[in-house]
Amino acid sequence: MADNLPSEFDVIVIGTGLPESIIAAACSRSGQRVLHVDSRSYYGGNWASFSFSGLLSWLKEHQENTDIVNECPAWQEKILENEEAIALSRTDKTIQHVEVFCYASQDLHEDVEEAGALQKNHASVTSVNCTEAADSACLPIEDESLRTTSCEILAEQTPSSDPERALEVNDVQVTGEKENHCDDNTCVPSTAEKETSENVPVAEDTAEQPKKNRITYSQIIKEGRRFNIDLVSKLLYSRGLLIDLLIKSNVSRYAEFKNITRILAFREGRVKQVPCSRADVFNSKQLTMVEKRMLMKFLTFCMEYEEHPDEYKAYEEIKFSEYLKTQKLTPNLQYFVLHSMAMTSETGSSTIDGLKATKNFLQCLGRYGNTPFLFPLYGQGELPQCFCRMCAVFGGIYCLRHSVQCLVVDKESGKCKAIIDQYGQRIISKHFLVEDSYLSENTCSHVQYRQISRAVLITDRSVLKTDSDQQISILTVPAEEPGTFAVRVIELCSSTMTCMKGSYLVHLTCTSSKTAREDLEPVVQKLFTPYTETEIENEEIEKPRLLWGLYFNMRDSSDVSRNSYNDLPSNVYVCSGPDCALGNDNAVKQAEALFQQICPNEDFCPPPPNPEDIILDGDNLQPEASESSALPEANSETPKESSNLKNPEEPSK
Amino acid sequence: HGRLKVKTSEEQAEAKRLEREQKLKLYQAATQTVFQKRQAGELDESVLELTSQILGANPDFATLWNCRREVLQQLEVQKSPEELATLVKAELGFLESCLRVNPKSYGTWHHRCWLLGRLPEPNWARELELCARFLEVDERNFHCWDYRRFVAAQAAVPPAEELAFTDSLITRNFSNYSSWHYRSCLLPQLHPQPDSGPQGRLPEDVLLKELELVQNAFFTDPNDQSAWFYHRWLLGRDCFFPQLIPRTPCLLLKGTVDGGPGSPLAVEWRTPEGRNRPSHVWLCDLPATSLNDQLPQHTFRVIWTAGDAQKECVLLKGRQEGWCRDSATDEQLFRCELSVEKSTVLQSELESCKELQELEPENKWCLLTIILLMRALDPLQYEKETLQYFQTLKAVDPMRAAYLDDLRSKFLLENSVLKMEYAEVRVLHLGHKDLTVLCHLEQLLLVTHLDLSHNRLRALPPALAALRCLEVLQANDNVIESLDGVTNLPRLQELVLCNNRLQQPAVLQPLASCPRLTLLNLQGNPLCQAEGSSEHLAELLPSVSSILT
Repeated sequence: MADNLPSEFDVIVIGTGLPESIIAAACSRSGQRVLHVDSRSYYGGNWASFSFSGLLSWLKEHQENTDIVNECPAWQEKILENEEAIALSRTDKTIQHVEVFCYASQDLHEDVEEAGALQKNHASVTSVNCTEAADSACLPIEDESLRTTSCEILAEQTPSSDPERALEVNDVQVTGEKENHCDDNTCVPSTAEKETSENVPVAEDTAEQPKKNRITYSQIIKEGRRFNIDLVSKLLYSRGLLIDLLIKSNVSRYAEFKNITRILAFREGRVKQVPCSRADVFNSKQLTMVEKRMLMKFLTFCMEYEEHPDEYKAYEEIKFSEYLKTQKLTPNLQYFVLHSMAMTSETGSSTIDGLKATKNFLQCLGRYGNTPFLFPLYGQGELPQCFCRMCAVFGGIYCLRHSVQCLVVDKESGKCKAIIDQYGQRIISKHFLVEDSYLSENTCSHVQYRQISRAVLITDRSVLKTDSDQQISILTVPAEEPGTFAVRVIELCSSTMTCMKGSYLVHLTCTSSKTAREDLEPVVQKLFTPYTETEIENEEIEKPRLLWGLYFNMRDSSDVSRNSYNDLPSNVYVCSGPDCALGNDNAVKQAEALFQQICPNEDFCPPPPNPEDIILDGDNLQPEASESSALPEANSETPKESSNLKNPEEPSK
Repeated sequence: HGRLKVKTSEEQAEAKRLEREQKLKLYQAATQTVFQKRQAGELDESVLELTSQILGANPDFATLWNCRREVLQQLEVQKSPEELATLVKAELGFLESCLRVNPKSYGTWHHRCWLLGRLPEPNWARELELCARFLEVDERNFHCWDYRRFVAAQAAVPPAEELAFTDSLITRNFSNYSSWHYRSCLLPQLHPQPDSGPQGRLPEDVLLKELELVQNAFFTDPNDQSAWFYHRWLLGRDCFFPQLIPRTPCLLLKGTVDGGPGSPLAVEWRTPEGRNRPSHVWLCDLPATSLNDQLPQHTFRVIWTAGDAQKECVLLKGRQEGWCRDSATDEQLFRCELSVEKSTVLQSELESCKELQELEPENKWCLLTIILLMRALDPLQYEKETLQYFQTLKAVDPMRAAYLDDLRSKFLLENSVLKMEYAEVRVLHLGHKDLTVLCHLEQLLLVTHLDLSHNRLRALPPALAALRCLEVLQANDNVIESLDGVTNLPRLQELVLCNNRLQQPAVLQPLASCPRLTLLNLQGNPLCQAEGSSEHLAELLPSVSSILT
């Protein structure tokens, strides 16, 4: 158990979000002994992705908002006289204003006669959850082959989660009271009847309603494992820092990606496709010939705007939106460039910012496909895990569900020297990386946080129907009033492995001005209609129907300066949680900067050596031998994936 | 701890070098063995094995592909059908692996054609799939396109399917010459228009659809040549752009040879330059005895010995020559008669090109297309505008200034020919037109007075010899250096060559063959400066009575 953990490391990383995981991988890769812990039962922190039931249990945790207080030995007595302690937070306060709505049919009318069948059914649902729990533990099990410690802890704790999960299912079914927007606070534990009704077998269901395959709530529950729902909704710019890092470090072998298939815009009440690549412009039916030329001409200019300063110098002082008006562009085109390519707000950015953003967008085009973005299959939550895996391959030790009670600071040097974990074990290290949410209120009393408003929707069709139902789209809805922010909508189809067949997973994100629901509901209402029984007669409904929806606010610690934390020793580094931006550049920049502080003059995530070039000296220390043999093994595990990121650099001419 | 021991870069480099050396040795040894075996006639499976090793690394070794073909032909005789089937399967697989090494290897694609051509039941569907896959990787691989056309022809794939395939590739990236070209082959097959001769025309609706497609392309990227080439093909296909109708004017000259009336006269036909080769103009001398001076006119029927074509030719009393030409109306000279619909198509093309030109004032393809469209619509009405576009075009594309000058000269000459009532015009003024080249001279058979002064001509070309009736030629104020065309002009009397660049008296040599030349003005030419040039000239051209230097 806990005693098995070595008592000394070079770097201890607390939190498994993307920046922490990158740093852990980089440190491990450059030879540091890394301990990577997370108090949660899953990887990624606020960067995680969940199956549907996983999300429901996550929701439960945050709706109840109660401390899950483990029986912990008091750490206070372990602090010596010449030491001070910095206590870490026991609860996660980054998620607020959680609101869940269920619109999908729950077949309440059938409850009485199906009561008997129900029990069995319920059992099957829980069993799904069980396997799911095992599923989510998959990655640690892989690590286990490398490190015995982590798996022991997991093996012990996985079973304990099962009853909990079964409970969660019940709970969520309550919140889904039909069409009533029920606030999280008003949720009441469900009665047995209600539970049963929700678990009516699908076969029965379809027999009753021979309409077009309507997705019911019980189907969503049953197919819950098909979902991988991201807490943060981001995409990878195909020439962004993260892609470069994935390729350079060869971590890309652990993940697969899909190109976003189209960029959308919402204008004059309608969703339109934005032609952004040369092929798009050529094929576009909505642009006139002249518009095609105007757009191409302007985009060509943006690609090399720095070389033509006379074209924009005079407009440097004004806003990008004003600048666009001076160019030969129709209002339609101005809108596309401003909101869908530069993705800068109307009020915000200057001409230069806009040109820079447009150029970046265009440069990312065509590397892997006709849009500038990639999405990781199985969700954004895969990415931190990929880096964790790399860290483990190079000897890093992983402990989930392992919380740290405090940091121990040496009074004399003023430096942090150890942590005390939940079992009271003292673990010494040279460097300590802590994710912002782990810091206590005392430490953060002067910190001003921003908030991100998020919504997650499950819908029954795409916001813009085309021949293919497997589209991955991004849509920006500009802010309507001053003081509010543009809303980013990312719609994922089932081939991204994030939602069940026939459904779409829609993520909405914006910088908060109010609660998530207040910020995002107007956009949701514009794009979707809630699923209601009466509408079923209506054959063709324009908008996609909402089956299920979730709103929440997430704390954005990305621009908190280190100085605003109270009394942190110099060898304690803070990683921020996810930011609101579309790309992942912030996480990579942060990781690289912190890594340079921990390991100055070391290369940041260099490519792993070619297995052929590794010299195996057999009779050396045992652990080392086993580690070096682990690497080629790891390589051979995933040969099919490894080519994924590099291949697309094919000749474009 | 945790740090891997890795070979240094020197060690790696050394290992790589050794490996390469080893490879080279193997390669050379294998090549040698193959050549020896071939010489000895040992064409067995071991040769296949050896060549596959080499070709696997370097598929461009054409001789080895030949070797393989010899072996396969040999084995075809020796092996049972089952054995052959496996052999062929292996060969197809091997070819595919070679194509992956180099998808643009002539030898490999050719070998695949050869192999499939020999198979009793080739699997064409599989080949089409292979092409699609390779074009997925590189949509402009013309080797693969070529192979696809071969396969499509062999498998008799309906043109509509192939057209849809080109559609899909153009949608992905329209900068694709092969794909556009394939369309130009497929469309006439899909829409055969039997009544329009060998060239064929596209039905109006198809044409309009294609024009829209290609317009999308050049509005998206006007600098992409492939679209403009296809555009030109579309319009040229319907004879929209000026094309010279092949015709054969004949000229009859009063001659001196005797012959009996009534029976066909056998006459000697010759080209103006006297060389026996294809020509637009053929001449013959008529025997004097076949003519009766009392008659107001003679009508001759010209009969071709081969074929049944006949022409009528009239020689009027008192005239020295008569002539005829293939039936070609005025408009047909340089372009086809445009139907009203076609004119509308052209007109709208012109409008959209002008629209594009406003947005892209410096796009050469657009400018050139505008000029060509204007010529197709009405060369005379648009003459002034055309000249302005030429000026702009030359400014934006100085690299091709000389080509453009020549094109402009050609168009101006065509316009001049269109303007004159050719049957009657004897005096033609082409001065002050900035001409750089002379063409269509065969249209000026009857001209007696030609003014070419104040142009930028560098030569009087051999085609000038077609002007059999020419009496006075003014070519002063040009940059003429050679006079090759002023030869054998039977009636030339006066030749003005002032202010040109004639360097040596020797360049005047061709003039000696013009029997009636009496007045020659050479003032302002470099050769006049030379010592004793007038003596030299008098010696060279004894029959010219007046030479001004």
